[in-house]
Amino acid sequence: MFNGYGSTILDGAWLTVQLALFSMAVAIGLGLLGAAFRLSPLKWLALMGETYATVIRGIPDLVLILLIFYGGQDLVNRIAPLVGYEDYIDINPFVAGVGTLGFIYGAYLSETFRGAFMAIPKGQGEAGMAYGMSPLRVFFRILVPQMVRLAIPGVTNNWLVLVKATALISLVGLQDMMARAKSAGDATREPFTYILLAAAIYLALTSVSLLALRYLERRYSVGVKAMEI
Amino acid sequence: MLFDYNVVIDSLPLYFGGVLVTLKLLVISLALGLVAAVPLAMMRVSKQPLINFPAWLYTYVIRGTPMLVQLYLLYYGLAQFEAVRESAIWPYLSNATFCACLAFAINTSAYSAEILAGSLKATPHGEIEAAKAMGMSRAKLYRRILLPSALRRALPQYSNEVIMMLHTTSLASVVTLIDITGAAKTVNSQYYLPFEAYITAGLFYLVLTFVLVRLFKLGERRWLAYLAPRKH
Repeated sequence: MFNGYGSTILDGAWLTVQLALFSMAVAIGLGLLGAAFRLSPLKWLALMGETYATVIRGIPDLVLILLIFYGGQDLVNRIAPLVGYEDYIDINPFVAGVGTLGFIYGAYLSETFRGAFMAIPKGQGEAGMAYGMSPLRVFFRILVPQMVRLAIPGVTNNWLVLVKATALISLVGLQDMMARAKSAGDATREPFTYILLAAAIYLALTSVSLLALRYLERRYSVGVKAMEI
Repeated sequence: MLFDYNVVIDSLPLYFGGVLVTLKLLVISLALGLVAAVPLAMMRVSKQPLINFPAWLYTYVIRGTPMLVQLYLLYYGLAQFEAVRESAIWPYLSNATFCACLAFAINTSAYSAEILAGSLKATPHGEIEAAKAMGMSRAKLYRRILLPSALRRALPQYSNEVIMMLHTTSLASVVTLIDITGAAKTVNSQYYLPFEAYITAGLFYLVLTFVLVRLFKLGERRWLAYLAPRKH
């Protein structure tokens, strides 16, 4: 089927999934860090977190991807000779993609996590402190587990947007599903067929994610009473 | 040199031209998208499956696939079909501006429809009951009560969608248009200064984003004044 391009595109789909998963892991890490910064009582830390979230969310993904990919490459090669490295360094597009998407969606997630942390009753953290836990322990033992439930809807949204944003990495040369579908379409002069195939796979990915995250939401809400208005 | 200001200053006219293209794309696609979103949202709140389902499918498919795929399908994909190439609309479909506007409008119509449908569903019961008690027909109920009220209450969420669309228009640079991102690409390929080129583009987008956010805040103060928390 698909003139033998079917398997190539499926390989690309796997790469897309990997790209999305790794980026999401980086984004969750950065998002937690960003949220912790923004909620910090230290003014300069809060300001740093605030700047990160505002600036990144104010610039299109595509511009940030081009900036970090080409600009980052440029920067690395300007700095490398200074530390005595002479060869030209080519950044791997997959690594660059994970870093870039993680960095961008970390900003969006920091907003989600911040809102979720703020929705936890103050007494919870105070009780932890009263038991003599260190602030870090309160953060990871008391706040994070409760935050997860509140953050799931926001995380779901961000994950879906992230999966779709992975297609942009094809523009900086990663041979993901989008790039492969495009070149298969060009080679066979049937672009519609192959791009539509890619669209169907993206739709399948987002649909599966929706179902999985709905299950997760139900699991994390087990201890919470649903209120019918 | 750490940052080449001269290149940026020399290319400013190119960037300002890009701002115009970006704004043109944004305004056209938002206008078309909103016009399509109103009937779609009305379909989405319908209880009849035959009316609701097509609108649900449309918004589900559009929201479940990347914008880039939709743009490629329209701009590169349609050329595959002989019938399209020989039809009267082909001169339009082979035009990058037209394709970009159409793709963006389709995309935003799906998101706006969902926002508006949510807002319609959240209409206070009393407003509808009062309208019915006044003997309004369904059409008049929508025209006088539901839509004006729902469009207002959708404003905060719709402002997010507008910002997202501003960012989405950067994809126009992929189909050869010289919007802000396209200008940055041109500058980069002329001088090979990716840092300068894209940081300048980013600043332009940041400024536009802030202006839009501010405008929507003003709009909310004007049209949502009755929902604002009491000051005293």
